[in-house]
Amino acid sequence: MSKVPPAAELAKIDHQPPETPWMGTPVEFRPGTWCYSGKPKVVEELGLPNAREWSPADEDWKLPDGWQKIIYEGFKERLGKYRSLKIFMDICVRCGACADKCHFFLGTGDPKNMPVLRAELLRSVYRKDFTTAGKILGGFAGARELTVDVLKEWFYYFYQCTECRRCSVFCPYGIDTAEVTMMARELLHLVGVNINWILEPAANCSRTGNHLGLQPHTFRDCIDSLCEDIEEVTGLHIEVPLNKKGAEVLFLTPSADVFADPGIYTFMGYILLFEHIGLDYTMTTYASEGGNFGLFTNQETMKKLNAKMYAEAKRLGVKWILGGECGHMWRVIHQYMDTMNGPADFLEVPVSPITGTKFENAKSTKMVHITEFTADLIQHNKLKLDPHRNNHRTVTFHDSCNTSRAMGLFEEPRYILKNVVNNFHEMPETTIREQTFCCGSGTGLNTDEYMEMRMRGGFPRANAVKHVHEKHGVDLLSCICAIDRATLSTLMQYWVPMVDAAGVHELVGNALVMEGENERTTDLREEPLADVEGEDDAV
Amino acid sequence: MSALEVGGKSIELDEDGFLADIADWNEDIAVALAKTENVDMTDAHWEVVNFLREYYAEYKIAPMIRILTKAIGKKFGKEKGNTKYLYELYPAGPAKQACKIAGLPKPTGCV
Repeated sequence: MSKVPPAAELAKIDHQPPETPWMGTPVEFRPGTWCYSGKPKVVEELGLPNAREWSPADEDWKLPDGWQKIIYEGFKERLGKYRSLKIFMDICVRCGACADKCHFFLGTGDPKNMPVLRAELLRSVYRKDFTTAGKILGGFAGARELTVDVLKEWFYYFYQCTECRRCSVFCPYGIDTAEVTMMARELLHLVGVNINWILEPAANCSRTGNHLGLQPHTFRDCIDSLCEDIEEVTGLHIEVPLNKKGAEVLFLTPSADVFADPGIYTFMGYILLFEHIGLDYTMTTYASEGGNFGLFTNQETMKKLNAKMYAEAKRLGVKWILGGECGHMWRVIHQYMDTMNGPADFLEVPVSPITGTKFENAKSTKMVHITEFTADLIQHNKLKLDPHRNNHRTVTFHDSCNTSRAMGLFEEPRYILKNVVNNFHEMPETTIREQTFCCGSGTGLNTDEYMEMRMRGGFPRANAVKHVHEKHGVDLLSCICAIDRATLSTLMQYWVPMVDAAGVHELVGNALVMEGENERTTDLREEPLADVEGEDDAV
Repeated sequence: MSALEVGGKSIELDEDGFLADIADWNEDIAVALAKTENVDMTDAHWEVVNFLREYYAEYKIAPMIRILTKAIGKKFGKEKGNTKYLYELYPAGPAKQACKIAGLPKPTGCV
């Protein structure tokens, strides 16, 4: 694993483009800027072609014979299948509005990380193969042959895009670079060019039901252990129902929430909430993953992994699905599920059993986001909350790319935070809501060998956190995505030490006043609460 | 891919120096892996590694850190049941360093 340079050094970013023209500037595969290739076993398990030992640092990538033809045919097929791709290849006028909106461009200064130029890597080949001007005029029309160097460039830069879609917000034509990246990655898969950190979780999920590869008894053991921790803090013994047929609600969340720090505290928050309101719910060991690394792989894998969730909802006979704090799960649900595996007619339009609210927005997918659900409970005054229990923290909120730009979920998490936290400060407005900056590690780029690039990509987000840390003493960065919870913790340690990351429902769990609980002296992390009497005196 | 020479045998490692095949593991290899991490294996180190291997045998994954600290605390005394103690043994982090020495693969996903 490569060593990441110190923060002071990484912060010196040169935005001056190189002297050489972009087509004549080859990629340098420096450690820390690319991810390991897919292991042959994993590639085979997913049914993807050209499984082999190879490394992006190798000269020879062991591409299959006739690989140019394979890509050409794959490109042609996708241009016919997806009108969006055809439009995005044709309509860019290179106005440059997107250029400085990408976190990877801001953090690296590499012009090929400008979204316009990233897409141009693909467009240039599109012009050569599929447009008359490009076929005749070649380079004069911005067209070029697909060579090994071009393919390597695709790999390098399409795995330096987190599909966060911030650039799309600023594009006057609404070009969605995420979809361009998705198509480029699909084309690369056709010739066996891939990364392990995406494929292994996808294969695990396909096999065991979750990205981590937790088997049913392991999933159970993790949950039981977290319930012990809840008992430690609150004195309450709670059991989480698993695979319970006929429950009203199926609850799905990223598997990292039952396994990885700090997502586990968010999980405790969910469980306390469900206990508080007496929800008739179940979790499942068959579809024990809310996330979907298929989204970062290809359409087929995404569809398959998404289908498991609905197949399980059907098998268990629940009425509707409640989804936890995950980012890209919601992009899949909100933008692809309905036409991919939907409509889920065997489920009912979700109705909160506590407030009676009908979630009309989820009438097709039958899946409600937990912040919508909790915000509705708070608005109907159904939760007993003591926000003082979060007084030891000063909090800000990071809008996760997918929940903000893919579903417009801005107000619900903030409404919850307002009710469970007393000390809250927003980051600058150009860095939140639809303009939010990516954590720098999304789309399955949250792997350690890629750490330098993660720290670079996360630099704009960290910079905004630093601002509120220095101005208001913010020490907790809340968010509603499992990749965020894991990667923002690392990002903060690097750029803004003293700031931790947490899910919104961890703060809900701290604030919930549970019937029969012991007096809380610590938060869910078992860290001491602020001196409540002292606080009261100050008021 | 790289390799580790132990007792005249070449053991295959992945890009980050983890065992490519967990079935290759034995105590000599653990000591050799510990050397690559500049860790001298004491009884206290073995307590952790042995627990990791027992857990893996039953659950097919390295335990989450909370389970590890709780189990070590229960088995070997409360003063050992915390992350501070584990970091003293394995400065680069128990999750990565101790798992590597125990021959376990790295967890994947949103972690």
